[in-house]
Formats: sequence, structure tokens, C-alpha cells
Amino acid sequence: MRGIARAFRESLAKGRAAVIGFLTAGDPRPEYTLRYAEALVEGGVDILELGVPFSDPVADGVTIQASAQRALAAGMRLSDALKLSSEIKRSCQAPIVILSYLNPIFRMGYRRFFEEASSHGVDGVVVPDLPVEESAEFKEMAQSLGLATIFLASPTTSEARLDRVLKASTGFVYLVSLLGVTGVRREVSQEALKLLERVKARRERPYAAVGFGVSAPEHVAMLAKAGAEGVIVGSALVKIVEENLDDLEGCAQRLRSFASSLKGAARF
Amino acid sequence: MSRVYSFPDPAGRFGPYGGRFVPETLVEPLRELEEAYFRLREDEGFREELNALLRDYAGRPTPLYYASRLTERLGGAKIYLKREDLAFTGAHKINNTLGQALLAKRMGKRRLVAETGAGQHGVATATVAALMGFECTVYMGAEDMERQAINVYRMRLLGAEVRRVEAGSRTLKDAINEALRDWATNVRDTHYLLGSAVGPHPYPLIVRDFQSVIGLEIRRQIMEREGRLPDVVVACVGGGSNAIGTFYPFIEDSEVRLVGVEAGGEGLETERHAASLVRGSPGILHGAYSYVLQDEHGQISATHSVSAGLDYPGVGPEHAYLKESGRAEYVAVEDRDALEAFITLTRLEGIMPALEPAHALAHVMKIAPAMRRDEIILLTLSGRGEKDLEIVRRALGGAF
Repeated sequence: MRGIARAFRESLAKGRAAVIGFLTAGDPRPEYTLRYAEALVEGGVDILELGVPFSDPVADGVTIQASAQRALAAGMRLSDALKLSSEIKRSCQAPIVILSYLNPIFRMGYRRFFEEASSHGVDGVVVPDLPVEESAEFKEMAQSLGLATIFLASPTTSEARLDRVLKASTGFVYLVSLLGVTGVRREVSQEALKLLERVKARRERPYAAVGFGVSAPEHVAMLAKAGAEGVIVGSALVKIVEENLDDLEGCAQRLRSFASSLKGAARF
Repeated sequence: MSRVYSFPDPAGRFGPYGGRFVPETLVEPLRELEEAYFRLREDEGFREELNALLRDYAGRPTPLYYASRLTERLGGAKIYLKREDLAFTGAHKINNTLGQALLAKRMGKRRLVAETGAGQHGVATATVAALMGFECTVYMGAEDMERQAINVYRMRLLGAEVRRVEAGSRTLKDAINEALRDWATNVRDTHYLLGSAVGPHPYPLIVRDFQSVIGLEIRRQIMEREGRLPDVVVACVGGGSNAIGTFYPFIEDSEVRLVGVEAGGEGLETERHAASLVRGSPGILHGAYSYVLQDEHGQISATHSVSAGLDYPGVGPEHAYLKESGRAEYVAVEDRDALEAFITLTRLEGIMPALEPAHALAHVMKIAPAMRRDEIILLTLSGRGEKDLEIVRRALGGAF
């Protein structure tokens, strides 16, 4: 959890937003993910978000759905993704956030999940289908083991609930930039800027990172200029993986250079 | 069980089951839906409008039919059929779609999105959309579109757009995923008209309430005919909407046995079935904590049933509670027994049931012979079989 705060502080000190890069663990093969993660960090990603594939990812668009299917077919499961985290941590400096739908975590058991996550060096957790109202036990256990709980806020989140979401979020808060699911988009929606403004108007709040549809250096530049302290890029990276399934090194190369263009664009 | 039954609680829980496990974007819309529903269910005008539609448009009350030849053949308990197959559009689904469409209209929505398995809910949604002037999109698994092609055509004739879902097992589960994604994208002007007693709070409550007209009519009709309540009430369970609508008005009558029948597919010892309550375990799917078919890693299992409407790895959270509390019991019936029951009812009573309630009927055929002649079994015949004729024809080969 401290790793997340440090990553934000360091990028802010350099006058830019933190770049958070998403990969589906095990897509297309478990042994590729470490190489991809290294490439992203070499390119300039500050925080890695490692997605655990799930059979029914209702918050995701077609790109990440297909990615999850490939990873599941390759045998990746929650416990494997946690093990993968410690390999990545040994090799890269970046903090790791695990993104998983609730059922695999529930099935493993909250306690065992957080203990394993903690022992594998995971810094924080995002669960896209766990709203704050249902999260009491989850949050308590995460905190007792020192993991950040990153909740999402969306354009439909009311003022009263936004307060709860910000209070419950440690590390950073994940601002959903649009109505809908993850996926590559042509531009940043006005909804994103409005939500960012609402969050930044609060005095006490975690760092604000914007995700969903953030797919190009221009999007990153626009959000950084609008005051986002972090940007989360997922589908655009997964698309690079999808387009280079049989070419590990070529894919790593493209991920690295794309990450570096994102970082370059993240200046305030 | 004589105490007052008051679930769901304010958090949308039936005991531990239920809740609201959805992406953040949907939390506020669900709260608004809950508020609107709580307000409107007390609203005299709303209730009158719905009751008039149920009577004049949907053809309610549906008859309660004493199946004398079936009873005679089985030689045990008297068997009554609640004829939801005679409700407009051919199944109980219309009860819920009329209610929710009125609700959506009062909430100012202009578009309906729905999922469908067998196509009965899709048809019922497309029907109310035509009636009330909504734009309508129905998601349907590719496999279901093939096996229920007639219903796809009906929906399109009614003006609905039917979108094919190729993801996952290409059935009801995947159609619900897509409908949820659509709703999150278009939430400001769209109502998600969920057709089963599943999903996040308040859907299991809303669907149960709108479907309870089934059980309420049964109570009145059986009291008129027999002067007492049935001994056993049986209904099929996929997501569980016709079953919960049938059971709910009897929950406090502890002398009435409630039996839900799930799809046993090719057998519970195989992996090709859809018996979530009989063989599943607690988990989270489609916004609710309930029983689900899943592997040891929490991945949702592929299911199989000859009946598209029962082919679903989850089940409504209230059924999970009724199972655990022991108030209702759940069993599974295999494809071939359901097909045999279909033929039996067709030949003995001239009634072709949908394959979904044919599962419940197969269970009735198992238990009736061992019961006394003065005992009463009530079976909800949730829909008619026309949509399934092609499946039946293929399954029976050249037998007819």
C-alpha cells in the first residue's frame, strides 16, 4: 500500500500523472505476463494493474472479455495470478494492484485471499462488482493486512455516495470515465472531466486516477491537464497483446514504446 | 414457520442471500428503481392500471384445471394445473413485464433492455414494448437463438431488436451479462427489464411481487374448488420466477410443501446439468449472493438443459434462503424424464407444456402415485410447448 502512495508522490514530484497499466494475468500464456509487465515498467508505467480472468466480466467490453477467455483457456486462476505478482515484484520496481471480480475471491475466502496477496507483495485490490455498501468485512480484512482497497466512482455516483467511496478508498480512487464498460474509445468523455472536478473539489480525498476508455497519449494528456493524478490504461494495452499473440518479444517491444508515449503525455 | 415472513430486509437480503454486487455505475440506478417501486406499489392508480392490464390484456386470472385423466393414470393425489400457459404470449412472463414496463414508464424511461433464454421473457418484453411505445433490445445467447428460433422471429415482428450473444456458453447467463453491460452504457434513459427472480436488489423482490399473482390466484381458486390448500405445490426453477410467484403466497402455510424442480440435464453425476440449488454452492453471480454452479476457483460453470429457460448456473437468492431454511425443497429432473412428461400430458390431457414446466410435471409423476387420493398436488404450468416442438421432434427422432 505504501508503494502505491510513493509511486503517486514520485510522479507528481516530476510534474506528471502516474501511469497505471493493466494486463490480464496469463494472456495469452502465463509465462508471457512477466515479460509484458517488465516491458511496461521499462517504458514508464508507474503502477501495474494485474487483472484476474473471470468467466463473467460484466464491467468489461469485448477486448478484455476476449483477453480473459484466452487467459482462462491457458489455465490462469486467482491463486496463479497472486503467485505471478511476486515474480513481477521481484523483477520490477512497480507496485501491483490486483483487479478481480468478487466471486473468485469469495470462493478462495477473504482471509486466505488477503493473506496470500499480502505474502506475494500485492499492494492493493480493485473489485469492480463490490460496491462500498457490501464491503465492510472485505475492507476490514484488507486493512488489517496492509492492502489498499481501491473503490470505483462513476458519473452516476451521487454526492453522498461519492463521500463514502472516497472515504473507503485507500491508495487511490478509480474514477470511471464514462457510462458503460471498459474498451478503447476515440475520445475522453465530458463525464470524466465533470467527475474529476467533483472529486477534486473535496479537501480530504485519496489520489484520483481515471480509467475506462483511456486509450491514447492524447487522452492521457487531456486528463493530466484536467488534474488527474493518475491515468489507467487497460484495453489499449490488451489490444497490443491481442494483436501480437505469437510474438513475445515483438509484443513486449510495442508495449514498452506505447507505455513510454503514455508517460510522455502525462505531464501536467 | 408460522412467524411472519418479511424478506428481503432493507439491504435486499433474504437471510444471508441477495444483496447488490454490481459495478458502481449501476448502484445509483438500482437505488432509484427501488425507490420508485416502493412508491408505486402503494399507489392506487398504478395498481389499478396494472390490474386492468392483467385482466383485459393478459387474460388473468388464468384457469386452475383439474387434470382428471393424469390423476387417474397416476392413481394417487389429485393433480391441479395452474394454466400460466394460457396467459397472453404463452407463459407467466407477461405478469412481470407488464408490471415493470409500467414502472419504467412512470420513471420516464424510453427504452427497455432485456435478456432471454427460451425467448418467452423476450417475447413478453417485446410485447409490452409494442403496447407502451418503448424502444426495445433483447439479448439472447446464440445457442438459444438457434433452438428457440420461432421466438426470435416473434420478437422481431413485434419491433424489438434481438442481439445475438456469442460469448461464454452462448446461453441465458451470457445474455444477462450483455444486458447488464448495455444497461450500464444507457442507464439514463433505459430500464433493464430483468425477467427472472435473480440479479441485484431490488429485482428479486420486484419480480417476486409481480409474479405473486400466480400464487394468490391459486389460493383463491383451490379454496373455491376444494375448500382447502394443496398439500404439495410444485414449480420448475431456472432463475426461479414462476416458482417464487407460486410459492410466496404459501410461505407462511407450513402445512403446504413447496417443491422446486431444477434441470438435471444429462444427469447430476455428469457436468451437463443446471441444478444450481441441488448441486451448486454459495457464490456471487449477476449481482446477487446465491447458489451458483462454479468450479473450485470461483469460475462459473457451463450448464446444460434441454430447456433453454432452465439452462442457467445461478438461481434467485430467495430460493437459496428457502432451501437453507428448509421451507422449500429442491430436486432435479433429467432431460429425458422431462421429454417423457411432455408426451404424457400431451396424450392424456391434450396440453403441450413448455419443456421448463415439463420438468416439474415429471417430478409430480414421480410423487403422485405414492400419495393418497384425497391429497392435492398443485403444479404451475408456467408456459406452453409450441416453442419447443422442434426440440421435441429432434429428441424423439422418428418416434412420432
